[in-house]
Amino acid sequence: MTADLAWLILFLPLLAFLLNALVLRGRAIAALISTVAIGASFLLSLPFFFALFTRSEPFRTAAPFIQVGQVAFPFTIQIDALTAVMLVVVTGVSLLVHIFSIGYMAGDPGYSRYFSYLSLFSMSMLGLVLAQDLVLVYVGWELVGLSSFLLVGFWYAKPSAADAAKKAFITTRIGDFGFAVALMALFVAAGTTDIPRLIAAAEANQIAAGALLIAALGLFAGAVGKSAQFPLHVWLPDAMEGPTPVSALIHAATMVAAGVYLVARTFPLFEAATGVGGVPAALTVVAWIGAFTAIFAATIALVQTDIKKVLAYSTISQLGYMMLGLGVGSLVAGIFHLFTHAFFKALLFLSSGSVIHGAGTQDMREMGGLRRAMPITFAAFGIGALALAGVFPFAGFWSKDEIIAESLLHGNVVLFLIGEVTAFLTAFYIMRLMMLTFFGEHRGVAEHAGHQAAGTPASPAIGNHSADHGSHGELVPGMPVPAHHAGAPHESPLVMTLPLIILMVPATIAGLWALGGGFHDYLHNVPGVHGAAPPINLPIAALSTVVALGGLATGWFLYAAPGRAAAVARAFGPVTTLLERKYYLDELYEAGINLLFMRGSQALGWFDGTIVDGVVNGVAALFAGLSDVLRRWQTGRVQYYGVFLALGAVLLFVVSLVWTGGLIGR
Amino acid sequence: MMPVTLNHFLVLSAMLFCIGLYGALAKRNAVAILMGIELMFNAVNVALVAFSRFGPASTVAGQSVLLTGQAFAIFILTVAAAEAALGLAIIFAIYRRRETIDPDRLNLLKW
Repeated sequence: MTADLAWLILFLPLLAFLLNALVLRGRAIAALISTVAIGASFLLSLPFFFALFTRSEPFRTAAPFIQVGQVAFPFTIQIDALTAVMLVVVTGVSLLVHIFSIGYMAGDPGYSRYFSYLSLFSMSMLGLVLAQDLVLVYVGWELVGLSSFLLVGFWYAKPSAADAAKKAFITTRIGDFGFAVALMALFVAAGTTDIPRLIAAAEANQIAAGALLIAALGLFAGAVGKSAQFPLHVWLPDAMEGPTPVSALIHAATMVAAGVYLVARTFPLFEAATGVGGVPAALTVVAWIGAFTAIFAATIALVQTDIKKVLAYSTISQLGYMMLGLGVGSLVAGIFHLFTHAFFKALLFLSSGSVIHGAGTQDMREMGGLRRAMPITFAAFGIGALALAGVFPFAGFWSKDEIIAESLLHGNVVLFLIGEVTAFLTAFYIMRLMMLTFFGEHRGVAEHAGHQAAGTPASPAIGNHSADHGSHGELVPGMPVPAHHAGAPHESPLVMTLPLIILMVPATIAGLWALGGGFHDYLHNVPGVHGAAPPINLPIAALSTVVALGGLATGWFLYAAPGRAAAVARAFGPVTTLLERKYYLDELYEAGINLLFMRGSQALGWFDGTIVDGVVNGVAALFAGLSDVLRRWQTGRVQYYGVFLALGAVLLFVVSLVWTGGLIGR
Repeated sequence: MMPVTLNHFLVLSAMLFCIGLYGALAKRNAVAILMGIELMFNAVNVALVAFSRFGPASTVAGQSVLLTGQAFAIFILTVAAAEAALGLAIIFAIYRRRETIDPDRLNLLKW
C-alpha cells in the first residue's frame, strides 16, 4: 500500500466541495456527491488504520507546494497511529453525519449549500490531521474555523445564528493569535516548523527554553480557543445555532477536538517546555485549565433547558477532561477519550437532532414522554448517555476512568477530586436530560400550525412560522419551515435512525480497545507516548462507577416526581441563578469589551483626532499661513519683480564687496 | 587737465544703467520701459568698450590687440535693434487691440 493514497483522502472532499459549489449549484444531487466523497475517504482511511497495527514507521508523502528562491516548502503528509485514529474518527463520524443530514436537512432551501460546506469542512479537518508541518496544520486549522463559521451561520437570515457565527469566529481567533505566535517562535528558535524535526530538536534540547515555553503556551492558547476551554469557551454553546448535525460533527466530535489533537501532536514540545527549576510548566497549565473547564462547564450544564445547550456544555466539559488527561502527562488517556467521546457525543447530538426533528422543539420543558413515540432515538440517546456518564462497560467508562486514574497517579489529589466531582455532575445532568426528554408525560403543544406545511417545503410555510416560532429553536424567520419539523412527536425516517443505530455500536464497545492496553500499544510509536500501558486501576474504576451511578440515581430521583427538582433549585436560589446565567461570563465579557474596546477606542479616537490630526493639520496650517504671507510677493507685476531683482543684485554686490574686503578693507 | 581713466567710463556706465533701470521699472508706458531697457543695454556697451580699451590684456607695446569688448558691443547693438523693432511691433499690436500700453492693465493672463 502506498502513502500516496492519502492524497485521495484529502482531495476527494475538496473535489466534492468544488463540484457542488461551482458546477452543481443548488442541485439536490450535491448530497449524494458529498456523501460518496466522504465515504470514499473513510474507506481509504481504513487500510492505513489497520496497517499501523503492525507497522512502526509512519506513512509519509510529500508534494512541492511553495518555492521562494532557495527556500522550498513542500506539502508534507504524515500518517502515524495518532493520525490514523483521527482519520477514522473524522471520516467515520463525518460519513454518518452526512447520511443523517440527508434526512434532517431535506426541504431546506440551502440543501446543496449545506453539503458543500460539509465537504469543505471534511477537507479542512483532514488537512489539519494529515499535515506534517505546523504551518500546514495552521492552514487546516483556519479552514475548519472558516467552515465552522459558515455552518454555524448557515441560517444566516436568523440574527442569532449570524451573531453566533461571528462570535465563534472572533473568539477562536484570539486563540489562533497564540498559535501564530507559537509558529513564529518555533521558526525563529528551531529554524523549522516540521513537526518531527521540531520534536527531535526539543528532545535534544536544541530549542531555547524561553522560546519553547512561549511556543507551547501559544499552541495551547490556540487549543483553548478551538477546543472551547475556559476562558474562551463562550462561543461553543452559541454555535448550537447551526444545524444539529453540524453541531454533532464539528462542535462535538471532530473540530473542537482539534485543539486536543494539536497538543497531542506536539506533545514532546509540551513535555520539554519547563519553567524555572524544571517544573513542567506548560503541562501544568494544560492540566489545570482542563480540570477547571471540566467542572465549570458541567455545573452550567446542570440548569440548561435547551437540549443542545446541555450537550454543548457537556462537550466543553469532556474536552476539559481530555486536556486534563494530556496535562497530567498521558497522551494516550487524552486521545482515547477524544476517540470514544467522538462516537458517543456524535450519537447524543444526532439523537438530539432526531428529537428536535420529531418533537419540533429544542426546549426540554416542552418535551417529555418521547420514549414511546421515538423508541430508536430513545435507545440511541440512552446508550450515549450511559457512555457519557461513564457506566461500565460503555465507551466513556474506560476513557474517562483512565484520565481520572492518571490524574491521581501523575497529577495530584485536587485534580483527581475535580475529575470525580465532574463525573458525578456529568451523570446527573445527562440523567436530567433523559428524564425531561423521554420520561414522564408529553408537555409540548400537540398540533403545530406548521403541520399544514407538510409536503409543501417551499414558500407557503412562511406564513406559519410565527405560530411555530416560540417552540422551534431552529426555525428561521424569512426562511421556509422545513415541512417535517412539526406535528405530533414521531420517530425519524430510516436515513436518520440508521446513523444512530450504527453509532450505538462504537459508543458501546469502543472503550473495550483499552483492555489489555490495546489502545496504548497502538499508539506506542507516537512521539510523546512513553512506557507500557498502565494497568486498569480497579479501586478507582470502582469508585468512578459508584460516582456515575450515584449521579444517575440522583438525577432519576429528582426528576421522577414533579416538584422535587424545582424545590432543590429554590433551595440553592442564588447558585441556580448564577448557573443559569452561566456565571455571567457573557455579561462580563461584554462589559470588558465595552470597557476595554469602547473606552480604549474613545481614548485612541481622541488621540487620533487631536494629536495625530492636530500635527497633520498643524503642519498644513503652518504652511498655509506662511504661504499667505509669501503669496503677497507674487503680484504678477513684472516691474515689481524687476525691482526686487535689482535690489537683490545690489545686495549681492554689497555682500561680495564686504566679503572680499573691497568696501572696508582697503 | 585730468586724464580720462577707466573709472570715469564705469561711473558713466553705472549712471546710465541706473537711469535705464529706473525707466524700465517705474514707467507706466511700455514704450518708455522699452527705452529704459535700451539705455541699460547701452550702459553695458559703454562699460564693455571701456574695458576693451583699458583692460590689462588690451595693450601690448601700446598696441591694442583684443577687440572682444568692442565686438561684444557691436553684437549687443544688433540684438538691441532687433529687440526694439520686435518690442515696438508688439506694443503696436497691443495698442491696436487694447487701446492702452500700460503694462499694469495688460493682465489678461492673471487670475
